[in-house]
Amino acid sequence: MHKTWWKILGSVLVIYTAIAGLLLGVPHLAILNETIRNLYFHVPMWFAMIVLFSISVFYSVKSLSSKNEIDDIKAVESVNAGIIFGVLGLITGAIWAKYTWGQFWSFDPKQNFAAISILLYFAYLILRNAIDEEQKRAKISAIYNIFAFPMMVVLLFVLPRLKDSLHPGNGGNPGFNSYDLDSRMRMVFYPACLGWILIGYWVYTIRFRIRNIENKQQHN
Amino acid sequence: MKKIFFSLILMMATMQLFAQDNGVEMADSLRSNGKIYVVVICIVIILVGLLAYLFSIDKRLKKIEKENHIEK
Repeated sequence: MHKTWWKILGSVLVIYTAIAGLLLGVPHLAILNETIRNLYFHVPMWFAMIVLFSISVFYSVKSLSSKNEIDDIKAVESVNAGIIFGVLGLITGAIWAKYTWGQFWSFDPKQNFAAISILLYFAYLILRNAIDEEQKRAKISAIYNIFAFPMMVVLLFVLPRLKDSLHPGNGGNPGFNSYDLDSRMRMVFYPACLGWILIGYWVYTIRFRIRNIENKQQHN
Repeated sequence: MKKIFFSLILMMATMQLFAQDNGVEMADSLRSNGKIYVVVICIVIILVGLLAYLFSIDKRLKKIEKENHIEK
């Protein structure tokens, strides 16, 4: 966590995405036009969020067995960092939708469910704040988190596929994989995802370390 | 004769439209001479600035951790 190489790797990948994402060639598609480049910026936000929420649920399970306060702090701080990426994903998605689907919010199933899954994690944070006793808070919020995570996965990856969603790969729509995401786009898309996941993880570690220091000072 | 000539000219005019590849408008020429590089440079400067800021926060945090004797 304290090593520097992966922070530099994440920074380089994100900067590479900004340059290659704007300058390299993309498939010529109607309606999407140049906005197809948003794939490099909007989608990695969600990948970063999901990775951070996965870290959170891992530490929630761990904190239930270890009863260690550090694990509980790790769980909450990764949710805090993940929510930033989720909100950014919602906003960028809404802007993209305005110029391709016609409205900022067209009540597309995936849009709605993404908003609901963010709300699930807001509820997690509110639940934590409502409980004063530390041991109880750690236990109850860890159990809530273990239930919230599969809910989020179902809301984002299962339910939109069963309904008519405007998102690619949902409701009979072909995915970006099938013909849009050609080899040129893969060259930018995968580094973009990895880069933003690393940046997200970095933000989480910074939040965790600050919280850890605050925690130590409170106990002293 | 005039009629045939006129319709030929009109057909020639529409040929230009078919000449463009699949007719989807992209900013291909814009990228080469539409000053898109300026936008790329701006975005890169912003990203570099923010990432450098993150590095400086990280460095400061390391110092505070050392002062507080927090094990790694």
